[in-house]
Amino acid sequence: MTKSIVLYLHVHQPYRIRHYTALDSGNSHAYFNAPYESKASNERILKKVAEKSYIPTNHRLQRMIEHNPGFKLSMSITGTVLEQLEQWAPEALRSFQELVASGHVEIVAETYHHSLAFFYSRNEFEAQVTQHRAKIQQLFGQTPQVFRNTELAYNNDVAYWADKAGYKGILAEGWDPVLGWRSPNYVYRPAYTDNIRLLMKNYKLSDDIAFRFGDRNWSEWPLTADKFSHWLSENDKATNFNLFMDYETFGEHQWGESGIFDFLEHLPKQWLKTTRHEFMTVSEVCDAFEPADYVDVPRTITWADTERDLSAWLGNRIQQQAITALYELHDKIIATNDSSLIEDYRRLQTSDHFYYMCTKWFNDGDIHAYFSPYDSPYEAYMNFMNAYHDVRFRLAEKGVAV
Amino acid sequence: MRVLMLGWELPPHNSGGLGVACYNLCKALARRNIDIEFILPYQADHGIDFMRVTAASPQGVEAILRSGIAYDSNKYIYSDGTAVEYSIFDQQQLYETAVGRIVVANQYDIIHAHDWLTFRAGLRAKQALGCPLVVHAHSIEADRAGGQGGNPMVREIEDMGFHMADRIVAVSDFTRRAIAREYDIPLDKIEVVHNSLETGDLVPLDYMQPNTYQYLATLRAQGYRVVANVGRLTIQKGLPNLLRAAKIVVEKHPKTMFLLVGSGEQYVELIQLAADLGIAKNVIFTDFQRGRPWRDAYAVADLFVLPSVSEPFGLTPLEAIGYGTPSLISKQSGVSEVLHHALKVDYWDVNEMANQIIAVMSNDSLRDELLANASQELRGLSWGQAADKISALYTRHVASGAAA
Repeated sequence: MTKSIVLYLHVHQPYRIRHYTALDSGNSHAYFNAPYESKASNERILKKVAEKSYIPTNHRLQRMIEHNPGFKLSMSITGTVLEQLEQWAPEALRSFQELVASGHVEIVAETYHHSLAFFYSRNEFEAQVTQHRAKIQQLFGQTPQVFRNTELAYNNDVAYWADKAGYKGILAEGWDPVLGWRSPNYVYRPAYTDNIRLLMKNYKLSDDIAFRFGDRNWSEWPLTADKFSHWLSENDKATNFNLFMDYETFGEHQWGESGIFDFLEHLPKQWLKTTRHEFMTVSEVCDAFEPADYVDVPRTITWADTERDLSAWLGNRIQQQAITALYELHDKIIATNDSSLIEDYRRLQTSDHFYYMCTKWFNDGDIHAYFSPYDSPYEAYMNFMNAYHDVRFRLAEKGVAV
Repeated sequence: MRVLMLGWELPPHNSGGLGVACYNLCKALARRNIDIEFILPYQADHGIDFMRVTAASPQGVEAILRSGIAYDSNKYIYSDGTAVEYSIFDQQQLYETAVGRIVVANQYDIIHAHDWLTFRAGLRAKQALGCPLVVHAHSIEADRAGGQGGNPMVREIEDMGFHMADRIVAVSDFTRRAIAREYDIPLDKIEVVHNSLETGDLVPLDYMQPNTYQYLATLRAQGYRVVANVGRLTIQKGLPNLLRAAKIVVEKHPKTMFLLVGSGEQYVELIQLAADLGIAKNVIFTDFQRGRPWRDAYAVADLFVLPSVSEPFGLTPLEAIGYGTPSLISKQSGVSEVLHHALKVDYWDVNEMANQIIAVMSNDSLRDELLANASQELRGLSWGQAADKISALYTRHVASGAAA
């Protein structure tokens, strides 16, 4: 029987808000231009990630494609990172374009601004998905056929929407309470849909690479491509292994010194040694296998934390306050037709801003455990709200009642 | 283990954090079966049963009347009826003499002296008893002087105490580094034992009575928000910067009131500054308070601000949280090492201080989220952790003293 690895990498960078104070509100409309040396400098971070992760990883992936005609992967890449690449790392953008031009890479649909708009404004959500599709067509000449929502936030409604929108497949976390006795290593059908297919992340195998790879205390360290392929070969009850992870796993979360690039490069060689072992892109796997069952997900799941819910983004008062206030402005902002105001408004919707406001791990040991350019979640919130107030100020300046 | 504890004040006759910290630390040590004799420079009833409290009266003195806070002069009344007012420096010497007299008649395993006022007495006792001396720095002269310098006579005593002691305890890493910097003491001679606060030790608010500050409570109902500071009005506490920030806050958020509870040498200066800044009607001074008016000041506020220039620990933000108000604290403080769920600012950054105050004044959910998380953090603190470290330190030094 054919067995496939479905490798899917997510590329994203937000527009981080600079130290933007109550005294800036109403005086400066530049929220995202932190000084280069500051922790929140988008330019500095993007250039660093491009150098440490995007360029070397794309280089390896290109070589893997040349050496292994059977190697394929899927990728999602947000509008906010594409714009930053255009501005600050055009050579990295070119390396993505060359990779996609090889024909071995499928691009996945999502919101342009990596937002949680689906849960707050369907109009806004659809506008951002459309904007993303246009950007992908413009830069890569592809039209995405499979959808992923921000942070893999998924429920029956998201699947229903994606089905009606004509997508072939949708991605979600293969979270045990949702899967029950089922394995993530098959294609499923979302409940209440007809045509769309559901691909669920095998988080154990994915996290072996994304989180545990460089951990010397892990009992399986060092993980080699040979060993990993062997685990997959041993598994008889599977058609597809969905390895979903952040692109920045390569070179940024796992440093080059950990051997992660060599692992990546050897994986197709090892895996493709055996006949009927394949790599498939997300839409290929949707076409290749019949759904094993349907999966009912009434409550939203994500790919984050042990809770696998939205609590990292929306779990506390300040997060709730910030996102509710932001979406309350939606209709008024769109009605202005002011493209720079609308774009700033959309950049503020990026989910990372709310993640930085998460207080649940903010104590002694964990302070460095998550990626935030701010000293505290409260600082993130204050900067955000001051920017929000300036957006309201800009509305009021136009004579709109706020 | 018998400890000679040398301190300058204990509640309820305290002027500030020093007495409270000594009291709580001794109480937690007593629970670990440590036998403490606490020598104070004055006589008073403290209602303490977990240790012996002894007054170090000079010969022939009938009574010592405290004239104010711990660092003011006290009036000594002799048995012949004469009364003499001694300066703090003279008292410190009288205390040393009295301690010298007390120790010869008693046995102790270790001496533990709190702050410079007791250091000479500690050294005298060490000389007489031959047992190890621990000096405990709740603040140093550089803190009290607002970050640098200070009284050279006090510095000399601190210098001697830190060098001659067998071990130094600092209430924060901030203070540990200050001691190393100011007195060239190696960092590894100094151990950090953070102060603490146990919510159970706070006298609960009296919800049956209206808050003392009815005017502020009424303004709050009309949409005003209240910033409070509780502490001595002295250069160390950085209050002029709070007032400068207040001016910016009031411009952006006119419905903000500032409540300053405390007394000190900057009292008049601060009142003048508030007037010069044109924010006199937004700033209320209450003078020194204890008891209900003190508790109610915390409770009526939406944000407590500790703008200190150099704060070795800073218990007040924890007290504020205990009474339901989150904090904005100076980064130049020891308390910021134990309290994560607080807003933090460099004391000199007036604009940022204003920015953060405005954020809380204009946003109740920020206040509520800070408070919810800080309250949880506060519940995790206890004096037991401090007492464990101190008692381990005693054991180590007594054992090595015996071996020598």
